Amino acid sequence: MLLGILIWAVAAITAALFLARSWFPAAISEHARAFDTQFHLTLAMTGAMFLLAQLLLGIAILRARRRTKAEYSEGNTRWEIAWTLATAALFLGAMAWSTPVFTAVHLGRPRPGALRVEALAKQFSWNFRYPGPDGRYARLDLKQINDAGGNPFGADERDSAGKDDIVTAALRIPAGRDVELILRGRDVIHNFFVRELRLKQDVVPGMLIPLRFRADVPGTYEVACSELCGLGHHLMRTVVIVMPPGEFAAWERDAQAQLRQE
Amino acid sequence: MLGRIFSTDHKVIGKQYYFLGLASVLIGLALSVFMRLHLIYPDQKVKLFEWLWPVGAAGGIMTPELYLSIMTMHGTLMVFFVLTTVPQGGFGNYFLPIQIGASDMAFPRLNALSFWITLTALLVLLGAFFAPGGAPLGGWTAYPPLSAVGQIAGPGQGDGMDMWILSVALFSIASLLTSINFIATVIELRVPGMTLDRMPLTVWAWFTTAIISLLAFAVLLAAGLLLLLDRWGGTSFFLPAGLVVSDRALNHSGGSPLLWQHLFWFFGHPEVYIAILPGMGLVSTILSVNARRPVFGYKAMVGAMLTIAFLGFAVWGHHMFISGMSPYSAIAFSVLTLTVGVPSAIKTFNWLGTLWGGRLRLNVAMLFALGFVSVFVAGGITGVFLGQPAMDLYLHDTYFVVGHFHLIMGVAAVFAMFAGTYYWFPKMFGRMMNETLGKIHFYITFLGVYGIFVPMHVAGLAGNPRRYPDFKEFEFLSDLTWIHTFISHSSFTVAAAQLLFLFNLFWSLWRGARASVNPWEATTLEWSVPSPPPHDNFGGAAVTVVRGAYEFSVPGRESDFAMQAGEGTP
Repeated sequence: MLLGILIWAVAAITAALFLARSWFPAAISEHARAFDTQFHLTLAMTGAMFLLAQLLLGIAILRARRRTKAEYSEGNTRWEIAWTLATAALFLGAMAWSTPVFTAVHLGRPRPGALRVEALAKQFSWNFRYPGPDGRYARLDLKQINDAGGNPFGADERDSAGKDDIVTAALRIPAGRDVELILRGRDVIHNFFVRELRLKQDVVPGMLIPLRFRADVPGTYEVACSELCGLGHHLMRTVVIVMPPGEFAAWERDAQAQLRQE
Repeated sequence: MLGRIFSTDHKVIGKQYYFLGLASVLIGLALSVFMRLHLIYPDQKVKLFEWLWPVGAAGGIMTPELYLSIMTMHGTLMVFFVLTTVPQGGFGNYFLPIQIGASDMAFPRLNALSFWITLTALLVLLGAFFAPGGAPLGGWTAYPPLSAVGQIAGPGQGDGMDMWILSVALFSIASLLTSINFIATVIELRVPGMTLDRMPLTVWAWFTTAIISLLAFAVLLAAGLLLLLDRWGGTSFFLPAGLVVSDRALNHSGGSPLLWQHLFWFFGHPEVYIAILPGMGLVSTILSVNARRPVFGYKAMVGAMLTIAFLGFAVWGHHMFISGMSPYSAIAFSVLTLTVGVPSAIKTFNWLGTLWGGRLRLNVAMLFALGFVSVFVAGGITGVFLGQPAMDLYLHDTYFVVGHFHLIMGVAAVFAMFAGTYYWFPKMFGRMMNETLGKIHFYITFLGVYGIFVPMHVAGLAGNPRRYPDFKEFEFLSDLTWIHTFISHSSFTVAAAQLLFLFNLFWSLWRGARASVNPWEATTLEWSVPSPPPHDNFGGAAVTVVRGAYEFSVPGRESDFAMQAGEGTP
């Protein structure tokens, strides 16, 4: 008897906790907003099923001794068919509904003029490189990797395409412009996760994995490694700095000027 | 004495598996308490940590690598040596032969061998704590390259990792032997009258689980051997060219880290069903016995189980939505994943159908079975989020996932094990467990697990990544401290409540009231033989089965239950 009431109580508290506030940070891209819509749609559907099941379970327990004798029944084929079809429709419907949110990220093409950046993840830090005005990166030579000397990618010093490559520890991007980030790893698997973009992608050594997004709210957002990479996993932090386009252009100019001085 | 220890009697082996699982769950539980303690007081000196790990916790402060190795060992112990071992090796071994009227398993010696290999696997795993560098820190999923390149990737990734692989390989071999034995027993040793449609749902579940084990563990064993070859044989199954780890360039080329993930999850996802199907079968039985009603939709229940087993092999990719796998296969895996949710929902509706219109006996076994249904729904429904690749773009590897799989795979399966213990203890040991202590144990545990795992979902919504030894580095994580404080205290409460269970278990072993043949007025064959059953189960009598497993409250009959066993069965 007590259990019936407790089941209702925990179900109600669970629902209240989910709905108490939006637990997500503010969305900063079109994709992030689409994600939130899809999440809340799924939450409404699963929440209703969760509460219904717990409600029925509670009722069954509260009515435990209402009868003197159990009512005999071996089942009901019509009910079986009904709830099978209903759950199949709901689950697959949710899936179909959400597919565009996923495909827009992974199958969409960046718009012309997209900013190309490469990310490099290693135990336990991030680096980014921008190809500069020539649009080409220096080719890589593993032997020239030198973290302390500012060459984490192992850019070949002899390659002139690398003269204008900017290498940074934080990812700076302009607001309102498509970004195509190519994820590159060199030791173990890491993960690039920006909560405000609602995006997460593993970085796998041996693979170049593209991630496309367009942030529209300037600000600084934390990047947390989200694939266990060793004893410094929890320290593997960087930030995405979304800048107003003018500021970003100024930063790029300054960085190029500094490269020329060196 | 030696004869009793190295017994080939399935009942002795079943108890050996049960106590092996009990020892493992206690270690696994202690490790989880250490983790929860460290997460909320990362800078607190704890004497116990220093005593247990003089190196990893020198001065009483747990290092990140020690935290991660404790986490790895917690997961490995719980998944293999508890969730896989107790429902199948423990209860399955003890009750499968009796429930189909057999005097033992088809291959009793093979059965004993499986147990001793499993025990060896456990000792090898625990030995990893004592290896130079300590236990591995790569999680129970052991993703390469982290797991494949040796100690340069981190302490514990040297000898500790090798011992982990060896342990898992041994465990896989034992599971393969067990599953062959279970399958042969169900096919060959059913007594006359025990037709397929009269088999208790527990037997269906053990049978189905054995088939899954046979297919899944073979792949895990192979994957483990490939990983060993990459570590020691100079091969490159999982290692691509161009690796530079700890400033050292490695001489590998041509392999793919994703290959391991495919092989691992081809085992790993069916493993979830290996853990939960026996529990489903048992809960169906306990609900039916204590609602005094037949299982609602018996055939639908069997069909759902077989569908889960079949589809369970086609959904592994949902663990890899953000792995870099093709987006097209992500969509295919998503369709299959949400489809496998349907038979689980069918089972839930049928459990409610069994209860509806029943007259419930709320003993402790029944409370845990009802609690199982509640947490199964709570943990299962969030799978509808995680099965959508779009949602996984945010939720993958957050505490949302940790909450989800602990509820559905951990807590639900453990509730079924508790239900099984309270239900079958009288048969196994000839004595009753204490119901009052059992009820206190249940209520604290039931509320406590919700207190642990629901807040984890919320932390996940806030983006909290899993497998972090502390949350100090990130601004957004320091805002979530209060959630973790609550979770940790709930977990301490739940852990403490398990002492009640232990006390009840061991006190009842020697001091419990004597059990009758059939204390729950249940119908399956084990309740027709003495408690505990004699060595050959039925005293050599010819057993016949005359009806289905769940004939309760049949109209026109005087008694509200009818035994499966026909005349002449002892």
